Amino acid sequence: MSENYETVIGLEVHAELKTQTKIFCSCSTAFGAEPNTQTCPVCAGFPGVLPVLNEKVVELAIKTGLALHSQIPEICKFDRKNYFYPDSPKAYQISQFDMPVCIGGYLDIDVNGEKKRIGITRAHMEEDAGKLVHQGDITTTPFSLVDLNRCGVPLLEIVSEPDLRSSQEARAYMEKLRSILLFAGVSDCKMEEGSLRCDANVSVRPTGQKEFGTRAEIKNLNSFRALERAIEYEVKRQIEALEDGEEIVQETRTWDEEKQLTRSMRSKEEAHDYRYFPEPDLPPLHISRDRVGEIRDEMPEMPEQAQERLVKDYGLPEYDAAILTLTPESLCFLDQCLSHYPDAKMISNWMMGELSRLLNQNNQEISDCKLKPADLVHMLKLIDDGTISGKMGKTVFEEMFSSGKSPVLIIKEKGLVQISDEGTLLPVIEDIIKANPKVVEDYKNGKDKAFGFFIGQIMKSTRGQANPALVNKLLKERLDCL
Amino acid sequence: MALNMKEVEHVALLARLSLSDDEKKIFGEQLSSILNYADTLNALATDDVEPLTHVLPAFNVFRVDSIRPSMQQKEMLTNAPLAEEGQYKVPKIM
Repeated sequence: MSENYETVIGLEVHAELKTQTKIFCSCSTAFGAEPNTQTCPVCAGFPGVLPVLNEKVVELAIKTGLALHSQIPEICKFDRKNYFYPDSPKAYQISQFDMPVCIGGYLDIDVNGEKKRIGITRAHMEEDAGKLVHQGDITTTPFSLVDLNRCGVPLLEIVSEPDLRSSQEARAYMEKLRSILLFAGVSDCKMEEGSLRCDANVSVRPTGQKEFGTRAEIKNLNSFRALERAIEYEVKRQIEALEDGEEIVQETRTWDEEKQLTRSMRSKEEAHDYRYFPEPDLPPLHISRDRVGEIRDEMPEMPEQAQERLVKDYGLPEYDAAILTLTPESLCFLDQCLSHYPDAKMISNWMMGELSRLLNQNNQEISDCKLKPADLVHMLKLIDDGTISGKMGKTVFEEMFSSGKSPVLIIKEKGLVQISDEGTLLPVIEDIIKANPKVVEDYKNGKDKAFGFFIGQIMKSTRGQANPALVNKLLKERLDCL
Repeated sequence: MALNMKEVEHVALLARLSLSDDEKKIFGEQLSSILNYADTLNALATDDVEPLTHVLPAFNVFRVDSIRPSMQQKEMLTNAPLAEEGQYKVPKIM
């Protein structure tokens, strides 16, 4: 059934811009403050107040536009979007309608090894709304509580073209966009704090049809997982409705994380007309080409440039390079290792293996873990020179991760030093051979298991500290000359 | 350009105004006269006039991004008809 339909998705992503203060007043944007302690007459919408634009917001918006290959127009302006809802005390949101700060653009995604270019329609600056807390049971409570701290927090809404064709592509787009925003340094992108949010416009159409189907806009997608799941649910719902001969209604739906389904949010009769008009309290912006040039010159390395560098200069596989450039912190860690240790693939293996496993397990980001790049490099060198084995490395690594201690200290504390001295190992090997004449016999008769038995015994009597490669070599020499 | 009754009702709904039939008639006429005035403006030849986005010849009015103290929670809530737990209390929406 579903193979007869094509899914069409466009995403609207709201990224909170990384500023100290709100977009139109000097209240702090810090997350987690007591309700209504970061508000003033401007952001709380008192009559007679005047908004004044935060210059940092414009700079970060232009930076984002450049990172997304957008055009930055010479003139842009703000407009009022009118609607009644208690999260918006002015009864309008200051946004940008027909002259946004970024026009066009694209980003490239990679799904199952296939590259695809996704168009960006536009990006515009706007103010965030407040937070509504429903008291008690949402269906029965007669009241809601309103916290206006978020009111006026600067957002950049980035609108994609309807170029996405599956939930995986939508997720890949969102992940790529996040890494671009992080590298550009324009947003914290903390989805759990709401500084990166996403609405998905989803429709289906019979395969081969040119016109788009009627779309539903899904709100409240607060994680990559929710984005994927909600799209999958919605596509199934729409296809089933069409198969049953129903018509899809253009509407706003919300993702219910608990029940794992989308629900209709607004009744049809409610008028949906924002009556945009130019914001009279804010004069328009003239963005000089010199200013755009300055911002362009300050642009940091973007994830794709970093990937290319890692592949070209260090011979890292593309897959590794893509994973390790998902966040600037991860790339920074890798770069710090690389400045003291040339084997990028070896570092990558540890980062994508042990480090990533421990981070996931402890629900941590690379930036808040105790492991230092210099210590990882030091440990790799100790493996290379035979001081410890690769297996001991894992133990050392876990300890470095949890305590931040240096590898040398850990090796000393745990008595992990590898025995790579022939003079120490040979007598051990001789003794074990002598004690097991029957197994020697088996070995001579070609039984592979016998060799393994000896290795096991040697490791046991050296408490796992014998250098495995050296033991192998010495044991083979001994046995073969018997 | 005269507004029909449906349009008047639509605009009233958007503004969350509940109007009596008499009011709809009165405001409908007033709104229509405003639109008629806009028609008068539309009749002017403006082919040679640059589009204007703001009536003042000002642009690029900025603030620096530095924090100034917000108002106290208590002070902000003084105007709220209802407040609870440091928040504005409003009739439920959903």
